[in-house]
Amino acid sequence: MKRFLKILRPAVSFLLIFTVLCGIVYTGAVTGIAQLIFPNKANGSIITVTLKDGTEKEIGSKLIAQEFTKPEYLIGRPSGTSNLSPTSKELKKIVEERIKWWHEFDPNNTADIPSDLIYASGSGVDPNISPAAAKYQVMRIAKVRSMDEDTVREIIDKYTTGSFLGVFGEPSVNVLKVNLALDGLL
Amino acid sequence: MSMIWLQDIAFLILLIGISIPLGIYIYRVMTGQARFMAPVEKGIYRMLGVQDKNEMSTKKYAVSILIFSGIGFVLLFSTMLLQEVLPLNPEHLKSVRWDLAFNTAASFITNTNWQAYSGESTLSYLTQSIGLTVQNFVSAGVGISVLFALIRGFTSKNKKTIGCFWHDLTRSILYILLPFSFALAIVLVSQGVVQTLLPYKVVTALQNGASQTIPLGPAASQIAIKQLGTNGGGFFGMNSAFPLENPTAISNLLELLSILLIPCALCISFGKAVKDSKQGRAILITMIILFVAALAIVNISEQYGTVFYEGVAASGNMEGKEVINGVGSSAIWGTATTAASNGSVNSMHDSFTPLGGMMMMFLMQLGEIVFGGVGSGLYGMIAFIILTVFIAGLMVGRTPEYLGKKIEPFDMKMVCLIILAPPLLTLLGTAVTVMLPQAASWLSNSGAHGFSEILYAFSSMANNNGSAFSGFTGGTMFTNVFGGIIMLIVRFIPMTAAIFLAGDLSNKKIITASEGTLSTSNTMFVGLLIAVIFIIGALGFLPALALGPIADFFTALK
Repeated sequence: MKRFLKILRPAVSFLLIFTVLCGIVYTGAVTGIAQLIFPNKANGSIITVTLKDGTEKEIGSKLIAQEFTKPEYLIGRPSGTSNLSPTSKELKKIVEERIKWWHEFDPNNTADIPSDLIYASGSGVDPNISPAAAKYQVMRIAKVRSMDEDTVREIIDKYTTGSFLGVFGEPSVNVLKVNLALDGLL
Repeated sequence: MSMIWLQDIAFLILLIGISIPLGIYIYRVMTGQARFMAPVEKGIYRMLGVQDKNEMSTKKYAVSILIFSGIGFVLLFSTMLLQEVLPLNPEHLKSVRWDLAFNTAASFITNTNWQAYSGESTLSYLTQSIGLTVQNFVSAGVGISVLFALIRGFTSKNKKTIGCFWHDLTRSILYILLPFSFALAIVLVSQGVVQTLLPYKVVTALQNGASQTIPLGPAASQIAIKQLGTNGGGFFGMNSAFPLENPTAISNLLELLSILLIPCALCISFGKAVKDSKQGRAILITMIILFVAALAIVNISEQYGTVFYEGVAASGNMEGKEVINGVGSSAIWGTATTAASNGSVNSMHDSFTPLGGMMMMFLMQLGEIVFGGVGSGLYGMIAFIILTVFIAGLMVGRTPEYLGKKIEPFDMKMVCLIILAPPLLTLLGTAVTVMLPQAASWLSNSGAHGFSEILYAFSSMANNNGSAFSGFTGGTMFTNVFGGIIMLIVRFIPMTAAIFLAGDLSNKKIITASEGTLSTSNTMFVGLLIAVIFIIGALGFLPALALGPIADFFTALK
């Protein structure tokens, strides 16, 4: 028993010291510095827009997808996560419905649908689509909004991020930002 | 596809390039040669009541770890049970149910980080920071400590002690885990990972004016150590697939590098510590060969193994993957996180192609030794090396030896405990679960892929990985309790065996290598080691894999 207590003391003290050090001091220091240097990013990259009547409104996070279904908007990835196998019957049914939806939604578009528009993401709230998926929607958006296609393309390019050093990751288009810009809010 | 290979090559060069200096640094701080924080270190020892020159016997080292982990378990378990009355809970989340709290506490003290919950809807900021973040640090530190105890087993002669656990643990956190996590956390915030104590944010969506809740919290600080310490438990439920946990290509690269960085560097440290860098290099090469082989299969399967639809542009498998990651960054992350016992994900593994999913499962089933957990991966690999030396010794009829230490029956018993505990419990867990009548209702997928979900779950828990085929409902009372017990057994039995192995080796004399000594650093040995690892893995798991992913693959072909 005495030997057990001799080991217990450093064990308890160690846990307490490092709970303070790694749990409180470390977390606190990172939070302090984050809030000081990157206040917007540390708090969820919230986009605040000024509406036409002059009021300011928090419209969303640039990192979390919002639902868009109207033809004048750039449409993002299907929401939710399936966890289904890509070769399963269950997913096949869902994907075929999505293909049908796109063809009915935009009947004049004969191009192949980019795959990120018919497959759901892992997070279920992917804020991005591929540049190809944005390009696929340019004609429709321009027509519905009676805008020049080049203007739509310019807006998309503005909110496209390349891969890192041209090697790591894939280029992406931020859907919410493009739509805010299309509405003249950004 | 060529861009994917290019990315993989660039990643490997970066990884090895950083691991070499890091490995030397780890060797220097863990052996007490570089003590630039000596005042802090000594201050901690004083508070612990431990001498600066303390040494422990094998038994004391092992008991210290078990008691320390036990207390950690109690503290974490009680924090979760008392969550609703504790502060820093802006979302007023309820206390965690006992079985889930048991599972989560077992999961985090064993460096598994299997998660049967979603952080944002279950755990308060307090539980996440002083509970989980702390265990992220110390469970990783324990792994590094045991590795260095084992290394001392090889380097010391006729000694009854194997070093001091409190020194090892203090140094691993103070000099390695804490400073690197701190730097990584700040960079992650610069990319958009959240770090705040404010409550969740409610915003009004653009198209329909509906309100949308953005979950927040002190995430970056925990994510940094989750990646570096091969923990893998996400702050948010969707782990590093969730944009607030991994927002950009840059954050993804850094988080990905962090998965393998310390396990890779430890191979270099090992070579330094045993005064023969070639030994460390041989281990690293073995790991890289196995890693690259698995990665190649995952890449090819994800790029070409999916279904094609009329009217859809040809691409790799994008189900369950984020646009910023695509097939390439998702495949390499999936391979890295299962090779190392990290278990964080940046895509949904359940939605990988059958063979892609199989490779990730198989990497875990090999025993988490292809990089593996920080410390635990390398001591697992050393067990396989000793087994290989033993088998080679049997073939030529000589007493096997490794690094000048004779390998005798007691050592082989410890090696068997290290190597056999995980596969036995993986198969046992899977078999028991499959026999439960209600198990079918826990699955998202039907048929062979449904079986894969169960096999993956127990491969993950019984190898302290923590990733999942998330279609499997993990939060049932059965899985929580049974899985929790499995995670504890597969962490602490092999770990205790490694410590006793260290003690036994330490007590032996060092014999000088002769002409008849089997070289453990040449190409032939690397080949032999790979063969042994592969045979043990295949013997254990080919039948199970045939029922799951392989059957799944052939069903899809039809």
